[in-house]
Amino acid sequence: MKILGKLTILLCGVLLMVFAMEFPNWGDPESPASTHLSPYFIQHTMEDTAVPNIVTSVLADYRGYDTMFETTVILTAGLACFLLLRIERKKIPHRYYRHEPTGVTLRMEGEKYPKNSAVFQRMDANWVPYDFVISRTCRLIIPFIQIFALYVVAHGHHSPGGGFQGGVIMGASVILFAISHNLRTSIKNFSEKTAALFSVTGVFIYAGTGALCLLFGEVFLNYSALAPILGGDRVMARSHGILVVEIGVAVAVTAVMIWIYYNLSSAGKQDEGL
Amino acid sequence: MESIFSLVLAKANYAAYIILMMIGLYAMIAKNNLIKKIVGMSIFQTAVILFYVSIGCKKGATIPILRHHGHPEPVGHAAENAGAHAMDAAHGAEKVVAHAVDAAHNAVHVADYINPLPHVLMLTAIVVGVATLGVALALAIRVYNTYGTLEEDEINQQLRSG
Repeated sequence: MKILGKLTILLCGVLLMVFAMEFPNWGDPESPASTHLSPYFIQHTMEDTAVPNIVTSVLADYRGYDTMFETTVILTAGLACFLLLRIERKKIPHRYYRHEPTGVTLRMEGEKYPKNSAVFQRMDANWVPYDFVISRTCRLIIPFIQIFALYVVAHGHHSPGGGFQGGVIMGASVILFAISHNLRTSIKNFSEKTAALFSVTGVFIYAGTGALCLLFGEVFLNYSALAPILGGDRVMARSHGILVVEIGVAVAVTAVMIWIYYNLSSAGKQDEGL
Repeated sequence: MESIFSLVLAKANYAAYIILMMIGLYAMIAKNNLIKKIVGMSIFQTAVILFYVSIGCKKGATIPILRHHGHPEPVGHAAENAGAHAMDAAHGAEKVVAHAVDAAHNAVHVADYINPLPHVLMLTAIVVGVATLGVALALAIRVYNTYGTLEEDEINQQLRSG
């Protein structure tokens, strides 16, 4: 089986390599990929949308439909993780608690468990002692990571950035918090319900902006129709519309990343985890 | 010999993506462990992303963000400015020259910027790839909960006997 696999892969590789020799050279300005559609985007971005970052304008304006459904795909992935892991809720048969003043660890069984308090603290089954340096350092740098994420979202028109990148950075900051402390502390600050609500809200902002354009008598996702609300002329309205849509993408991506992490790290139980 | 070497060097990006793709495909076909298969799928995805991004490259071009000087002027404004500059011409020819240089600077040359389309496509593909990787891992967790193993042959054995 392994030899057969290796032979197949080698055959595929050799065939691809032979035909790749017919492809245009690396960095060829006259290659077919960069002579048909992309010159239009490069030359007309400024007059159509007033956004200097061509990637942002193509992403949210020229190819707005595509990006809307990519956001929907991400939401669907988050929902799929939820439905695969979270529906079957098995009760954990026992829990571990730690009595802080004496340092005694207790294993408790049954239906009723004591409330978490400073004296009587819940522990994971595979508990490792908190590392003071790691948890304090993460607490210090997480606000800066989040401010950077907001900058990446807001400055996507003029520099590399946008909703997807900023959303992933924002999600990573919460995941870092969950890793450096524990899953329960993270869920207390950003609950699963919040994550679900935000991921739907993000897609709703995107689709809602498109639908609002319909109400103003233009086609779906044509932001220039929003000029009366957003202010400025029709070109600047496109620029502002792109920002609104990018914020929707960022909210959805942030929430889905956190949601998937919660479900995967605890195998759906969201009780004990990384 | 020289020509073959330069040919290979000119197509080095394709060689890189084909090698990565072969590694990923091999892991997906030949490995027995489901997690290793998922890792192979991720490597395969990376190969495709590398292929797209390398296609967008142009020699001597920069990132697809226009060097701009503010919002482009509406046509009426530009005409007024031209009139004002015509009057200025009486005062000094230098200002007109400066304006002409500015206008030439604002014109967008396609050869100066790399192709933005592959970047747009791959930007979304990367994030969607992470999300679908999460789904794959969730499925792996469910398989482990049901069969108690992630090895493919053991799962097949259990399916046949049970």
